Amino acid sequence: MHNTGDVKVPIGPQHPALKEPESFLLTLRGEKITAASVKIGYNHRGIEKACEGRTYIQDLYLIERICGICSHSHSTAFAQAVEEIAGIEIPARAKYIRTIVAELERVHSHLLWLGVAGHEIGFDTLLMYTWRDREVVMDILAQLTGNRVNYGMNTIGGVRRDIKAEQIPQVLKGVDTLEERTKYYIKIAGEEPTLINRLSKVGMLSYEDAIRMGAVGPTARASGVQRDVRKDDPYAAYADIDFKVITHNTCDVYGRTIVRVLELMESFQIIRQLLAKLPEGPISVRAPRKIPVGEAVSRYEAPRGEDLHYVRANGTDKPDRVKVRAPTLANVQAVALMLEDRYLADMPIVVAAIDPCFSCTDRLVSINYVDHNSKNTFEWEKIHRDSIEWYKKRGIDFAKLNKTF
Amino acid sequence: MGVITKIVNWGRRKSPWVLHFNTGACNACDIEIIAGLTPTYDLERFGVLLKGTPRHADVLLCSGPVTRQIESRLKMIYEQMPEPKFVVAVGTCACTGGVFKGCYNVKAGINTVIPVSAYIPGCPASPKALIDGVTKLLNSLEESPKKK
Repeated sequence: MHNTGDVKVPIGPQHPALKEPESFLLTLRGEKITAASVKIGYNHRGIEKACEGRTYIQDLYLIERICGICSHSHSTAFAQAVEEIAGIEIPARAKYIRTIVAELERVHSHLLWLGVAGHEIGFDTLLMYTWRDREVVMDILAQLTGNRVNYGMNTIGGVRRDIKAEQIPQVLKGVDTLEERTKYYIKIAGEEPTLINRLSKVGMLSYEDAIRMGAVGPTARASGVQRDVRKDDPYAAYADIDFKVITHNTCDVYGRTIVRVLELMESFQIIRQLLAKLPEGPISVRAPRKIPVGEAVSRYEAPRGEDLHYVRANGTDKPDRVKVRAPTLANVQAVALMLEDRYLADMPIVVAAIDPCFSCTDRLVSINYVDHNSKNTFEWEKIHRDSIEWYKKRGIDFAKLNKTF
Repeated sequence: MGVITKIVNWGRRKSPWVLHFNTGACNACDIEIIAGLTPTYDLERFGVLLKGTPRHADVLLCSGPVTRQIESRLKMIYEQMPEPKFVVAVGTCACTGGVFKGCYNVKAGINTVIPVSAYIPGCPASPKALIDGVTKLLNSLEESPKKK
């Protein structure tokens, strides 16, 4: 065969290498990728719109289910935004408890990532090891919050469950076990030749590109960018805590692995400090049911990077607009750059290296026809009116709630 | 029941091959399914093996409310599976639509699109519930091989 033409390979929405439904169309010349296009939207559920029809407390539970892996990140970011609009100052103990759960979530998410990354490079032993160890942190989370995933810990004005004094030694014991195991993973990452050779110089993203593409979280930090909301714009209890921002300068998937395993060590230190300093007092303050008119942006360092929530309130018990910019949306732009002129075999690990979460990211794909006379083109006003009608049929009348319509 | 059918049923019961398909879930049920397959819970001790293609699968594990974009793909995957096939709805969203019920881009539950053999509720369904559901499904095969 002397065919030198390009070959198009569709991957997804159901594919063993993908954990979530998304679809890639890769154009290959030989083994090299010359062009990549991604089709998302399989996971789009319309949460932002649904938030407008529910009360703030209901939204908190809905927002938590944007993503099951970083659920606490989303609910905290939303709660912070609403508290800012309402002018609520939450008690110090609530801030500490939120931060403890956040760091435990980071531990579970990074261990999960390490396993998935191992699986993507054919190192399934690592998957089985990390997921076994991950059960330790899942047990701690289940004990503190009552659920393994989707903790339901936040409420507007604080947290819903207190950490009892007798729980603290068990948490610390679990953290000690995990620290021992993480030291072992750091050793593997530094010594195991298969891991180093497979991950080095794969998925390169230079310092300049990371800044230009707006990369966040471990993806940016592995390219040497000092970017961490916990340090840059401290929220919850991070201002009282001493920790390092981990960066690495290899700019590849190997660097992203190192950043994540070292961040695990930082997280253990943060959890210990928080538990030692845990202030006494109430865990929540009473929040009004109706939130006054106003808008707020809340930033939060999720395990994958900066999570941004925008909330606009209109004086009723339901928000006027909720906007979520999940970290994957910021990072996914860089993936196309990383894949360019790389081998097909590198594709799963390069995509996995940003720790993508498509359920956080998925947007509605809208098609704009070039022909403006086409009847298929919807004007914004028409979509707006249709959505109001749609909800009116189901007994929700926005026009009554919001005079600006 | 002929001898051949008995042997085939025995094989199916002792080693069902499953395919996991995310139909718009929030990842919570998906990570719990993987947790169920890894050492602490270890579904593999019941012979359950995770497969990559619908053509090898006996059981389809679906998580999440069905989004409108995934609907046709879910049907396509279901049709590709060989008979007899079983569908397990994992999590409250897959059972009924859960918190996403009423969202504009979401159908309510897997059973609005394809027939379901077992429902495992929970948000997310814990690995323990998953093991319980899968073993109950396998035990039901012992009595009468369902044709769905």
